[in-house]
Amino acid sequence: MTLDNILASLFPDGHDVRNVNGVIFGSAMLRSGARTLVIGVADRTAVGVDEAIRLSGHVLDSLDQGSGPILILVDSDSQRMSKRDELLGLNEFLSHLAKVLIYADINGRPTIGLLYGHSAAGALLATGLATRVLVGLPGADPAVMDLPSMAKVTKLSIETLQEKAKSTPVFAPGLSNLARMGAVHVVWNNAAPLADQMEALLADMPAVHDRRDALGKERGGRLKAADIAERVRELALQTR
Amino acid sequence: MEDLSFQHRVRGRAGGSRQNALVGVVASGNLEVLVERTLPDAECRLEIKTAAVGFGEVWTAVIGDFVERYSPGGLRFSINDGGARPDTVSLRLAQAVRLIEEDGQ
Amino acid sequence: MTALLRHVAPAERISSTSFSEASARTRVELLLDPGSFVEFIGPEKREISPHLRIFDLPEQFDDGIVVGHGRLDGSPVFIAAQEGRFMGGAFGEVHGAKLTGLLRAARQIRSTPVLVLFDTGGVRLQEANAGELAIAEIMRALMEARTAGVKVIGLIGGRSGCYGGGGLIAGCCSALAVSEPGRIAVSGPEVIETNRGVEEFDSRDRALVWRTMGGKHRRLLGAADVFTDDTMQDFREAALDLLGLVGTFGLDKLKAEQMRLGDRLRRFGACEDAVDIWTADGIAHAETVPELSADQFIALANRIGRTSRDAR
Repeated sequence: MTLDNILASLFPDGHDVRNVNGVIFGSAMLRSGARTLVIGVADRTAVGVDEAIRLSGHVLDSLDQGSGPILILVDSDSQRMSKRDELLGLNEFLSHLAKVLIYADINGRPTIGLLYGHSAAGALLATGLATRVLVGLPGADPAVMDLPSMAKVTKLSIETLQEKAKSTPVFAPGLSNLARMGAVHVVWNNAAPLADQMEALLADMPAVHDRRDALGKERGGRLKAADIAERVRELALQTR
Repeated sequence: MEDLSFQHRVRGRAGGSRQNALVGVVASGNLEVLVERTLPDAECRLEIKTAAVGFGEVWTAVIGDFVERYSPGGLRFSINDGGARPDTVSLRLAQAVRLIEEDGQ
Repeated sequence: MTALLRHVAPAERISSTSFSEASARTRVELLLDPGSFVEFIGPEKREISPHLRIFDLPEQFDDGIVVGHGRLDGSPVFIAAQEGRFMGGAFGEVHGAKLTGLLRAARQIRSTPVLVLFDTGGVRLQEANAGELAIAEIMRALMEARTAGVKVIGLIGGRSGCYGGGGLIAGCCSALAVSEPGRIAVSGPEVIETNRGVEEFDSRDRALVWRTMGGKHRRLLGAADVFTDDTMQDFREAALDLLGLVGTFGLDKLKAEQMRLGDRLRRFGACEDAVDIWTADGIAHAETVPELSADQFIALANRIGRTSRDAR
């Protein structure tokens, strides 16, 4: 689906969302009558220092003036890989964006990520993976690490990697793999109105509590993470 | 990866009171040795997972020397090997015994 | 080496041991009060990565991270230390989950700070999805802990630096101490060169790598709060200093960070090299900064005075 189609299907009652050089910003009316802040990355744009600070600025402004949920649409490249971005401290800019989103979510502004295209690595961490609920749209193609790069590092052929990927979701790209890991909570149906699915999600929003490791265990994608984290937590609590 | 396992009868129990110790890291040319005081006094066991396949005879020789020299009775050694040279293996095994023979814990 | 040093008095050992050369276990042992460390899910539990065998790669019994509880100058602390030599200190499923669990406990307890000794290349490729998600969970748990009042101090001085998602976690910490060997970035030099070409970034130009991503530049930029020499004693003192300095986290900090980062882009956004940034910052003979000794550099950094303590 194109960004315009997605926005039209999500917000039949109107929106003022714009895409300026790959950075999405605006607001829209929800079915409930509440307004939602809409931000994001479009056109497979890389997330560098300039994009990140605009996005975090929009969220901070909205924390002062707005209310309601925050939607972040994602069709990005990875983080911008450049000398300039690293020279200026890209890690701080990406962290800052994630921190602002997490802070908003904890403080009454539930965050929803909508992964409708590509995303990867640091860009995904600062956007979709920093939300409370990450929704995938069919056709989205996230790739934490692409197979050609993996083949180079692991010195295995792409065919070998593809064969291995059949037995585990742990390394290969793709929406279904991320869903099995617990990273993507739900995949929507793009043949049905997105507004209905958004309304259903908001009516049944999970609590402010990171359950992605438990979800990954339930779906058989990450069998150890939830148990290890819980065991460490309990051992640490015993030191009180 | 290749799994190797060795079991030896030894003269006597390793000294000290620690229950376990760990030395080394798993990296190219390096290995980690986890040693635990879990066996009867006259026994010693070594379990090895190594990235360097086909060196069973070298391991047999290195471990034979080690057991003869240190008499690590009662100790179970678990080794993850990233392809270390025999002298590095000998050094780590000796360090592991020295560490578990220290007092405390 | 380790065996020999054991016979040296503790006070001498901590001041003579290099942070960057030490293992994660030695770092933890020497950073904390002697004998105070208790590990959670130690190597004897053998909680190894379930994924490395798919690639026929060796496992490590602690999956490359040591987490636990101890005392620093008598006060309780939680601590996590990555082993940069095992798989480049990269985040895998088990490795990451240990740090997540530690931060979740800290959030509940509220009063016990957390020290994170980074030494990482980022996500572990062989379990990329699990590693990426582990980093997202750590960032979430870290920010929830800080929101509950927990101080989280990052110490960066390992040979693998602090790259990829590690750099993002570092950016979430209450404060950072960094040494010369510590590098902080998202994309590593080789990654930039592979994707954008050697004209964009020559990864073999070590001087370029260090002045773009190294501890000195990060300190001058305000990305790290303290620059320290590369001994365990210096890192211990830096950790104690930062624990005494950092305040509570809240919206004011995020707004201040927005200003701080925006100001950085306005002032230095057109600079092409770290030397240009340092010059624009008023440092005379900026090209000599990489050669300054730790003491000389710390004096310079303190004169510039830029920290991010109240703006991160």
